[in-house]
Amino acid sequence: MDFGDAPAEAEFRLRLRAWLEVHNPGLPTSSTDDEYWAGQAAWHQSLYDGGFFGVTWPTAIGGQDLPSVYDVIVDEELAAAGAPARPSLGYLVEGILEHGNGEVQARFLPGIVNGRDRWCQGFSEPDAGSDLASLRTRADRDGDEYVLTGHKVWTSYSDDADWCLVLARTDHDVARHRGISAFALPMRQPGVEQRPLPMINGITKEFGEVLLDGARVPDVNMIGRPGEGWPLAMTIVSHEREPHELGFAGRYAKQVKDLVALVKADPGRYGGEEVRDLTWAIVESEMLRMHVCRRLSDRLDGIVHGPEGSVDKLLMTWTEQAVGHAALSIGGARATGSDDTLMKVYLYSRSQSVMGGTSQIQRNLVAGRILHLPAS
Amino acid sequence: MDVRLTTEQQALRDSAAQVVDRLGPGTVRGLGDVERAGRLDAAVAASGWRELRVPPDGRTPLASAVEAAVVAEELGRGLADVPFLGPTLAAELRRLAGAPPAGAPETVALASSLAAAAAVDARAVPSDAVAVDARGATAALVLLPDEAGHALGTVALGPVGVGTDLTRPGAAADPASTATRVEGPGCRPLTGDDLAAWTALGLALDCADLVGTMRGSVDLAVGYASIRRQFGRPIGSFQAVQHLLADAHVLTEGSRSAARHAAWAVDALAPGDALAAAAAAKAYCARAARTACETAIQVHGGAGNTWECLAHVYLRRALLSTAVLGGVGASLDRVAAHHGIGGGGGLR
Ligand SMILES: Cc1cc2nc3c(=O)[nH]c(=O)nc-3n(C[C@H](O)[C@H](O)[C@H](O)COP(=O)(O)OP(=O)(O)OC[C@H]3O[C@@H](n4cnc5c(N)ncnc54)[C@H](O)[C@@H]3O)c2cc1C
Repeated sequence: MDFGDAPAEAEFRLRLRAWLEVHNPGLPTSSTDDEYWAGQAAWHQSLYDGGFFGVTWPTAIGGQDLPSVYDVIVDEELAAAGAPARPSLGYLVEGILEHGNGEVQARFLPGIVNGRDRWCQGFSEPDAGSDLASLRTRADRDGDEYVLTGHKVWTSYSDDADWCLVLARTDHDVARHRGISAFALPMRQPGVEQRPLPMINGITKEFGEVLLDGARVPDVNMIGRPGEGWPLAMTIVSHEREPHELGFAGRYAKQVKDLVALVKADPGRYGGEEVRDLTWAIVESEMLRMHVCRRLSDRLDGIVHGPEGSVDKLLMTWTEQAVGHAALSIGGARATGSDDTLMKVYLYSRSQSVMGGTSQIQRNLVAGRILHLPAS
Repeated sequence: MDVRLTTEQQALRDSAAQVVDRLGPGTVRGLGDVERAGRLDAAVAASGWRELRVPPDGRTPLASAVEAAVVAEELGRGLADVPFLGPTLAAELRRLAGAPPAGAPETVALASSLAAAAAVDARAVPSDAVAVDARGATAALVLLPDEAGHALGTVALGPVGVGTDLTRPGAAADPASTATRVEGPGCRPLTGDDLAAWTALGLALDCADLVGTMRGSVDLAVGYASIRRQFGRPIGSFQAVQHLLADAHVLTEGSRSAARHAAWAVDALAPGDALAAAAAAKAYCARAARTACETAIQVHGGAGNTWECLAHVYLRRALLSTAVLGGVGASLDRVAAHHGIGGGGGLR
């Protein structure tokens, strides 16, 4: 049992560290600034071209086939250098790898991985959030195309996306979980309207609404078979719930580091309460880092994650919200419009217990699938 | 990086689990079964687990802290009423001080707050030193501060008495005796780094024991929630109960990850870093364990508030593990000090 680097891992770490000295774009945090989102594509491409993104994926799609633990090294070094976190789209890649045929994989995955194609995920709808299977967006066949009509909402990065992995109902006569299919929908076409949706902290580029009115998608863009949309969605959300798919452990470590620097720069200003909240955030983010190490090591046994993703998601949420509380404590409320970065960090942290399946939904899954408590 | 337990560590875990499942108290009444407790003690003595930190060559311990933590976790899970933490910490102090192995069963004495080793004046009776996990021990190690650092001493112990933890009684120093300095050819004074490394081991073992008590109490509560019926259905089918248990399980998993790192850090990192890692894990595990054990009581309803229910035995054990070598506040102070944002550096 060893939390330390093997020689090859240490070599990779040093290479990345040296690369970051030159290539760190120094963007502000994702949770607080639209500027981050504007620079996200360039950062993703640069990280990929440097050989440090998607390293654990198969070489056929642009990865390097390295063990999953390399992603921990990437996250740690990005955080230590104060660089932006790893772009979060691993769950899309995993979903397409598991459900897409060879053709679909070859067409779409290299562009997702190298960052040249921008993607978003169109699952949620105004009336279908936690109860995703009740979604109403429809895809009607028209020759060798499908025509999509519906309303997607809270769609992250939709403004920037070239493609949307969209769930739509293709069969209205079967049980609701069975009639859903998944498509790679081109975003830049007349039938797709994208509207920004400002978040509670004021940023406008995290998510948007996507209105589909006669949007067209070729049938060869279906991912999986007709009716396979639900299992694909479950694959994606279960991966979305694991902190290492998202690189979030690195994001928290960076935020904590920034807060520590603030307190150290002006120690007289902060009292016991602020220091305690920050220390608790350190404790939580360290725990999460170790937890990610443990989960990724388990993968060396070929353990594929199922319901454990819900455990990871709750730990990740508690960590982000502890960091958020530290930011609140140190930043405080302001009477005027002066720098409100820390307030934004705090407000953004509230979304972690909602996105990717709410905390209550995760608890339902832990109770049923892991603890095997009787059905409610 | 590969933080899986090795095959040998898994085998060690399995044999510790078998011993506590076979010979642990099992019920509150079982705690009073002296004959069973004797058999458990004999099994642990035969296993050699209490000597994991004894150095065969006088320097390197027989096993790493990870092995010791693997055993501690299973003992905590099974509420094993057998000495382990005390003798292991005593062996580690002797190892760090280059002292010869103890001649008779021994534990360590802590200051009355339980937050640090007892440092006593060799000429005076150590009135506020208290030996932890003292069943079967005839003496406890204390620190004797001198110019060079700390020498080791032993104090004789009075009779054991049950405190908060019903499974690991403590003992006061014998009021009629003063400390005797431990002598030996290899003896050297303990430095600040030695004490940091020793504290890191103690905290890592506390964390492992806390993870064990969390696992035990969540299992107990999940089992009860599946059989206890109200309103015509098992209480475990109520979402409000499910969410309490889910949170307790998640806290246990997070604690497991933190505790595993703390145990690894003891032998792999420099003493100051190992101590910081252990303190972060301790703060997390201690807070998590209190919540998980309280949840088990709540899920048992009225029954959970009776002496007969094992839920309070888990909580009590967790509370002693929390106190030993510093609880949540003291651990957060250590983490803060390590990051240079204040806190009680003096606790080190
Ligand atoms: C920042 C952010 C980014 C997002 N990005 C995307 C994205 O890229 N793509 C996408 O498709 N979606 C995205 N979402 C949407 C997200 O998946 C949904 O918001 C989420 O699944 C909850 O659905 P809802 O908002 O309809 O809430 P509801 O389902 O209406 O829930 C409201 C409340 O009721 C509780 N509740 C509901 N059902 C139950 C139940 N069975 N048991 C107990 N409590 C219950 C919930 O926990 C919640 O507290 C994003 C959301 C956020 C905040």
